[in-house]
Order: sequence, then C-alpha cells, then structure tokens
Amino acid sequence: MNTDFINNIGLTHYLVLAALLFMMGMAGVLLRRNVIVLLMSVELMLNSVNLTFIAFSKYLGILDGHIMVFFVMTIAAAEAAVGLALAVSIFKRFNEVNIRFFEHLKG
Amino acid sequence: MALLILAPFVGFLINGVRYKKHSANVAGVIATSAIAISFISAILLVLDVVAMPAESRKIAVSFFEWMAVDKFKVNAGFVVDQISSIMILVITGVGTLIHLFSIGYMHHDKGAAKYFAYLNLFIFNMLLLVLGDSLLVMFVGWEGVGLCSYLLIGFWFTDKEKAAAGMKAFITNRVGDAAFLLGMFILFITFGTLNFSELNALAPTTAEASWLGAVTLGTLFLFIGATGKSAQIPLYVWLPDAMAGPTPVSALIHAATMVTAGVYMIVRLNPLFIMAPNTMMVIAIIGAATAVLAATIGMTQWDIKKVLAYSTVSQLGYMFLACGVGAFGAAMFHLMTHAFFKALMFLGSGSVIHAMHEEQDIRKMGGLKKYMPITHVTFFLGWVAIIGMPPFAGFFSKDEILAYTFNSPLGSPILWAMGALGATLTAFYMTRLMALTFWGKSRVPSDVHPHESPALMTIPLIVLGILSVIGGWIGIPHVIGEHLGHLPNVWEHWLHPMISPIPGWTAIDHTTEWTLMGVSVGLALISAIVAYQFYVKSPETPKKIADSIKPVYNLVYNKYFVDEAYFGFIINPLVSISKNTWYYIDVNFIDKATYLAGDLARGMGSFVRSIQTGNMQQYAMYIGIGVVVALSFVIMR
Repeated sequence: MNTDFINNIGLTHYLVLAALLFMMGMAGVLLRRNVIVLLMSVELMLNSVNLTFIAFSKYLGILDGHIMVFFVMTIAAAEAAVGLALAVSIFKRFNEVNIRFFEHLKG
Repeated sequence: MALLILAPFVGFLINGVRYKKHSANVAGVIATSAIAISFISAILLVLDVVAMPAESRKIAVSFFEWMAVDKFKVNAGFVVDQISSIMILVITGVGTLIHLFSIGYMHHDKGAAKYFAYLNLFIFNMLLLVLGDSLLVMFVGWEGVGLCSYLLIGFWFTDKEKAAAGMKAFITNRVGDAAFLLGMFILFITFGTLNFSELNALAPTTAEASWLGAVTLGTLFLFIGATGKSAQIPLYVWLPDAMAGPTPVSALIHAATMVTAGVYMIVRLNPLFIMAPNTMMVIAIIGAATAVLAATIGMTQWDIKKVLAYSTVSQLGYMFLACGVGAFGAAMFHLMTHAFFKALMFLGSGSVIHAMHEEQDIRKMGGLKKYMPITHVTFFLGWVAIIGMPPFAGFFSKDEILAYTFNSPLGSPILWAMGALGATLTAFYMTRLMALTFWGKSRVPSDVHPHESPALMTIPLIVLGILSVIGGWIGIPHVIGEHLGHLPNVWEHWLHPMISPIPGWTAIDHTTEWTLMGVSVGLALISAIVAYQFYVKSPETPKKIADSIKPVYNLVYNKYFVDEAYFGFIINPLVSISKNTWYYIDVNFIDKATYLAGDLARGMGSFVRSIQTGNMQQYAMYIGIGVVVALSFVIMR
C-alpha cells in the first residue's frame, strides 16, 4: 500500500480540514433546532480548533498546542454538562428540546 | 399696628385650615372677632395719630427690608397718616358690620367657613393696600383684593354663570393691573423710588403740559389701573356681574372697600397727579362720563343688586370727577359717606333677598315696607343719603364735589352739568328702586312669605343707617357751617396737610355755592318726586314712556351693548388670533417638529430592539459575523 500520500500531508491539509469541520459545526449551531444536535455541533467546532492546535504544535515542534487541547477538552466537558442540564430542564418543561424555547429567556 | 394687619390674617388661617370642620356660626364668630380686633386697634392707632401735632401726623413702621436690588429698595413698610387712618376705620368698621351681617346671611351655607376665611383674607389684603407706604406694597394688597374678589364673586362656583362672573372680574382687573405696573415702572425710572412720601416730595413744582411727559404718562397708567379696580369706563363691566357673589360681599368689596382703591391711590399721590393737568382732565371726563352712563343704565335694570351696582359705578365716577378737578379731599369724603350708605343699601338688599328666598327681581317685590320695617327704614335712610338730601351724609360730599367741579380751574360748568345730571338720574333710579321694592302694591308671589331678618342682620343695618345720617356732618361746608354757629369743617382741617392746593384756585363765593346746592338738591328732589309719581301712583306710565322710546330704552337696558362690543372687537378677535396661532404655529409646526424628533429616536430604538429576539441562533450568527468582520479587518489591514 502506497503510504506516500500520508507523508505528503502538510499543515495546509490539516488546516483545511479543521476549517471544514468548523464550518460544519457552525452551520449546525446556526441552523439546527434540536439542542442535543446543537451541543454536538459545538463539540465539532471545538474539535476543529483542537485539530488546528495539534497541527500547529506538530508543525512547529513545540508542546504548547497539546496543553491547550487538554484545556479545551476539559472546558468542553464542563460546557457539555451545563448544556445537557439545560436541555434536560427544557425537555422537562416542554417535552421537546427545540432551541426555540430558549426565546422565552428574552428579557 | 401689627395686630391691626395680622388679626384678619390669623382669622383667615384658622378658618381656612379647618374650613370643612367649622360651622357657619363658629367660623363667623372667629372671623368677626378678628376684624373687630382690627377695628379696635385701628381706633387706638388713629387716636394716637390725632394726638400728634397737625403737621406731622404719621406713624410709620417698617417691618423688614423686603427687597434690595441695586438702587431699588423696598421695605415692608406701613404708614398711618391722615388719609390711611380714614381708610382703616372705614374698612375695619364697615368690615366688622358686614361680617356680623354675614353670620346671619350665610347661616345656611355649607361653605360658610371658607367664605369667612376669604372675607378675612380680603380685609387683610385691603389693609395692606391702604397702609402700604410704597406703590409696591400697595400693589401686593391691590392684587390680593383682586384675588379675593375673584374667590368671593365666584364663591358659589358650582353655578357656571357665577364662576364666569368671578373670572370676568379677575381678568378685567388684570388689564388694569398691567397698566398699574407700567405706571410704576415709569415713576420708578423717573424718580428712582416707589415710596409715597418720597414720590410726593419729588413731584415737580410746575405743571407738566405735554402729553408724553413722564409724570403725565405715569399717572395716566396708574389711572388706567384705577379704572380697573374702581370700575370706571372702560373697565367697569365687571362690577355689575360681580353681583353674582353673596350679597355681603357686594356690600364689602363692591361698595365700601376694594372699588375705592383707585380713588385712594390717586388721593395718596395727589401732589403728583395735580402736576399732570392732562391726566387730571382725563380723570375728570372719565369720572363724569361714568357717573352719567352708569346712572342711565341703573334706571332700566330689574335686578335689585344690579341697580345698586350701577349706582356704585356711578358714585365712583363722582369720586373720580372730584379727583380730576383737584378736589381730593372731597373725593375721600364721598368715598367715606358712600361706603356707609352703599354698604347699608347692599346689606339692605341682602336682607330683602334673604326674606324673598333668593329672589332678586324687583318686579316681584313691592309693598315690603309692611313685612320688613327695620330694613325699610334703614334702606330709606340710605336712599335719602344717596340722592343728596340735606342733612344726610351724601348731601355734603356730593355737593362739595359739585361745587369744586364748578369752581375749580381744572373743572368746568359742563362737567358740573354732567355731575348734576348724574345726581338727578341717581335720585330717579334710587326712588324707583325704593318704590318697586318697599312701596306700592305687593307683587310678591303667593308662595313667598317675606319676613324681617334676624337681629344679627338688622343691627349692622341700623348702625350703618345712623352713619348714613350723621356721617356727613364732619365735613360741613363753611358756607353752611357759618350759619349754624361757625361749625368747623373737621374733614378739611384733618386732610389739609396731605392735599395739594389746586393751582389757580379762587375761593368760591357764597352766592354761587348756595345756588349750586339749591340747583342740585332741587333737581334731585323733582326727579325723586317724578319717580315716585311714576312707580307708586301710576305704575303704567313708565312702561308707556319706555315703549314710546323703545330703541333708546333697549339700548340702555342692554347696557349700551358694551359687553357685546368687547366681545366683538377685542375678545373674539383675540380668541381667534390665539386659536390660529395655536393651530398653525403650535400644532402644525412646533408639535410636528418635536414629534419628528421623538419618532426618529423611537424608530432607531425599535430597529435596535428588533435585534433582541431571544433567538440564540441569531445571536450566534451575529457573533460569527462579528468575528469574521473583526478578523478580516485585522488581516486586511
């Protein structure tokens, strides 16, 4: 199996992939109504950022990016916990997890 | 003196603060005793003044410095001298009687405490007016009595017509007050002071011939102010309407006190006025014209109080005529005697109205003599006094005015003739009033049972009746006094130091004076007899005469359409101008501009508000767009 193309993968590819992932995540956040899907899309965006960090870290030969990724993952986990709690409470109230219900939070 | 001024004010406060709680009797007693205290302190003060040497009779008090701006200094200063001592005695004396009368008259009224509070406040302001030692302090009282007049005329404010009468009085007075203010400004600019004694000391010593001189203009404006307060042409229209108020108010304000304020002011400033012959001429002509005009209207009215109101306007015209010819003393004299007999007659009419259950139309009276003996007798005394029969009070004052008018260099036989005509007409309409009210056959509706008023109301009538008889004896002219064993003319001696001599005055010779007296008394007598014949002996005649001169009669009956003319030429144009200004400038321009500004702000606000939907995905989008914009800005830079 020709694995050359693996060796030829450069920084650009990672960044393009990360950008695509980010776009998809953002599209999900902006367009989907289901709060669970929304949270997943947020994870997607965070992960695209993680990917960027790793790519730069590898490319520059320093470890800072890895450390950042751990932070991001920790925060993502916390955020997911909060987000899911909100989702659950919305579900309890409206029997559905549509993001539109959050409009009731308007002042 | 503080007691004199403050007693009514305290009375006003007591009744005013608790006006819902006090019954008519309690409030009446409080108010009456407040005025009585004033009256007693006034007597004591005047006795002090009398005890002083003739040339320096004056008690001046300055309570505090009211204002001091640059050269303009005014003290809250008050002064009792020969002129104001007469006024305080009249105001508090007649005032006390009228308060007493009011207790009986307002007995049934629910707002009696409020009424007495206003009445006290009025007396307080009137005292400020007459005691003030400067034009400005006087002006405070001047405005104050105007206010109280408004409050009291419109006292029964639930009746639209009465409320309107109050407003009419107030607004008409404001017109005069504006002129009064202008007069004050002119005098202050010219002399640098508003203090009476300083003004009088600074008055020029030679007559000012031009129309536009400072003194002439200033005094003219002050006189216009006086026409407002004292109901002279052209501002007299409010007084007859003012009869809408309770009758004792008419007696107090519209006969004895407030309306005389203009005369009093002119007498106060007589050294100034006498140096402005043009002003004097205007005053004399206006006075004489008012005396005659109001008297003619009085001849045709059916409302008992309206007749008296026009009579008051007419008598005030006499006082101004006296001022105009330089007979300031005579003006004050007539002011005082008029206060007695006119207050008496107003109270008498109040007694009649009370007895007739609020009926004021003299066509429905007649023959009341039988039912109300005391009211009739006192009214009778007022009647002989006002038509100028000797030796009643009105005779002395009126004939002094007429003699001065004839003889003074400022007067003329024409003015005298107008005055005599006024006296004749007065005799006619007063007799008519007497005849229709008290004499002849009764035309009282069968369901009304007239009765004599309670003692509270008749006592003031009796006191005033006595004053109407003897009130004139302190001013007996020399020509009569000499024949009665050299009776002195107390009045003239009293006022002498305060009154400027008339330039070019020559003593009137006795034959002329006797003739003048004879003519005016004779005319009045004939006129009274004719009126008696008309209204008692042959009640049909007046109607026939009225019918035969229908157009003239209607013109007079409708008060020469002066009110209508005011509406047509002044009020309606003013209203329409204001309405147009309001519509085109305010509504169409100013309002629209401000609305536009408001709409702009609100529009911008609503745009920004539309962003706040609560839709989280929209917020996220804004964040995304914002990040893109910010980043591209950073990168492109």
